[in-house]
Amino acid sequence: MNRRTLLASAAALALPALLPGARARAQTPATPVPAGETLKVGFIYVGPVGDGGWSYQHDLGRKAIEAEYGDRVETTFIESVPEGADAERALTQLALAGNTLIFATSFGFMDAVINTARKFPNVKFEHATGYKRADNVATYDARFYEGRAVIGTIAGRMTKSNKIGYIGSFPIPEVIQGINSSFIHARKVNPGVEMKVVWAYSWFDPAKEADAAAALIAEGVDVILQHTDSTAPLAKAQEAGVIGFGQASDMANFKPTPRVSSIIDNWAPYYIRRVGQILDGTWTSHGVWLGIGDGEVEIGEITEAVPAEVKAEAEALKAQIASKAYHPFTGPLKKQDGSDWLAEGAVATDEELSSMNFFVEGIAAQIPS
Amino acid sequence: MLRLEPRPAAPAWLELATPVMAVIATMIAGGVLFALMGFDPVAAVRTIFWDPLFGPAASYSRPQLLVKAGPLILIACGLAVGFRAGIWNIGAEGQYIVGGLCGAAVALAAYPAEGAWIFPAMVLAGAAGGWAWGMIPAMLRNWFGASEILVSLMLVYVAQRLAAWMAFGPMRNPEGFGMPGSRNLQQYPSAANPELVAGTGAHWGVVAAALAVVATWFLMSRHIRGFHIRAAGLAPRAARFAGVSPAALVAFCLGLSGALAGMAGLFEVAGPGGQIIDSFGSGYGFTAIIVAFLGRLHPLGILLAGLLLALTYIGGELAQLTLQLPAATVQVFQGMLLFFLLAFDTLTRFRIRSARAMA
Repeated sequence: MNRRTLLASAAALALPALLPGARARAQTPATPVPAGETLKVGFIYVGPVGDGGWSYQHDLGRKAIEAEYGDRVETTFIESVPEGADAERALTQLALAGNTLIFATSFGFMDAVINTARKFPNVKFEHATGYKRADNVATYDARFYEGRAVIGTIAGRMTKSNKIGYIGSFPIPEVIQGINSSFIHARKVNPGVEMKVVWAYSWFDPAKEADAAAALIAEGVDVILQHTDSTAPLAKAQEAGVIGFGQASDMANFKPTPRVSSIIDNWAPYYIRRVGQILDGTWTSHGVWLGIGDGEVEIGEITEAVPAEVKAEAEALKAQIASKAYHPFTGPLKKQDGSDWLAEGAVATDEELSSMNFFVEGIAAQIPS
Repeated sequence: MLRLEPRPAAPAWLELATPVMAVIATMIAGGVLFALMGFDPVAAVRTIFWDPLFGPAASYSRPQLLVKAGPLILIACGLAVGFRAGIWNIGAEGQYIVGGLCGAAVALAAYPAEGAWIFPAMVLAGAAGGWAWGMIPAMLRNWFGASEILVSLMLVYVAQRLAAWMAFGPMRNPEGFGMPGSRNLQQYPSAANPELVAGTGAHWGVVAAALAVVATWFLMSRHIRGFHIRAAGLAPRAARFAGVSPAALVAFCLGLSGALAGMAGLFEVAGPGGQIIDSFGSGYGFTAIIVAFLGRLHPLGILLAGLLLALTYIGGELAQLTLQLPAATVQVFQGMLLFFLLAFDTLTRFRIRSARAMA
């Protein structure tokens, strides 16, 4: 994939035995970094830091580390690293340059991370959205579908044509979770709502995203959700007088409308915590999947274009998700083909979510195969 | 008004001097650019051109030069043959992708069988795939007069979509939890293309690149076909009178460059890359065009130019790492290299006259 993601953290929890290196082995005891010594932390990004979306948000996380720890850390990054052979070389060069903690921020870096980690057992690796782990390789991911529930609620309330459009990147579990989650919550507040889905087959392609938005608007859509990173759909929405949401970063330039809110990836709290654990010697490998409650998924300011009662409703849902009082995938839910999925009150497991390959009942679009 | 007027005779040494001048001009212009961006220009140029060879981590980066230069040289050798004949294959990137897909398809079909026949079969499939992709523009040109430049270029985008479809569909790793991307061929011994001698970076693709240098040198300077190719490029009408079939030449050149690009793709997917992903093409096919011209379309020149371009890749990464130079720098560098080369070439063959002086 052109970049990143895919959630299989949970799947990996279920099969440690299958994955090399994930076997239970005695952890080598870590030692704290002595005071006065600088910890070098490296990053590789799949896009340029100026992409305004995915890599940009990871780079904000890197800057947050510097702001938090000052002289105790030194960070470097390599941007626009293609997945495959180049990733392994970039990781190796970071390790050779003395970085002892390395963040690899795209799904497609997975095998390169595992290969490099084998060569440098004393270097710790953090891999975003992957599912292969080792003693010195941890994985982390974000529950974007929690944020999608909140903006889906706003979308359901705001549409007048009862047609919501969704620009999908690739038909992979993470994106399908997002489509399902926003549809479920839009329909909950507006039973007449329909969802139209267009696949861009890219994470970042302004021209294609603009075309997708224009096609949706032509079909009568008046609220556009996007799982692609450029601001092109918002620009199209502005021209047509419809609304949309910021994706990955806040996209605040389009406030107060067409951007009525946004879903933001905030990696800073996790990065600060993990660097802290290296500094005090308590870092161990793990696989985590964090959401709104952990501050990793944020909802950007809901602007005055949204009526106060809708805003209050969205914020209440967000608070419920944050406190874990409510799970966005709670039954009764049926699959698109009408078969039962979750019984009344049942909650989707992480394993089910991380391999999700179906739409829920009521979505007319098909998942391309 | 300025106009270009052919020089009576450009001295032969200039032909060899212009690539060197282009490299020096690139270093100077690059240095000025870095200074304007607020970086130390000397440190930046040294990091890109010197440190990968002799810097503190050179024992790692030197073999990496071969990894990066191998596919560039292999592809550029094929392109240069066509360019000599005036046949412009701009779509080596697509042939590279299709070659990788075809080679990987053989491996994935054979999985998990082990056997000595698997890797050679993959190489053949890779070459055949690239050849077939190159034959599309060749046939369209021969039959309908379609421009091979446009057709081969547009087929790159078709190949990219094909790779994406394969990564998400038929070639998806069945044990990959529904994630896109094929099995990793590095972990499949019969299909893997590993380092032949540890620490050298040399895999079968690097060996093939070396053989391609020798073979194209032989073809171009010792074989009648090479003579036909050069004749067709220099004097197409004369070549036709000499019995050279333009259609056969188009098919030969696009087929050859396609097959070499396809093999490069196969060696990459079985070796350093490891798997088919949707972004499998990573620009080797386009950079190889710069390599071919910088190397004066001569096999030995291509060898040197390939290593130089590899140096800008590795050095560019190092410069990002140590100086936090933006990644786009590498592309700017490579672009300037081609730009200066073309400029110096033009100025050695033509002189600039003002139109008024002529009147």
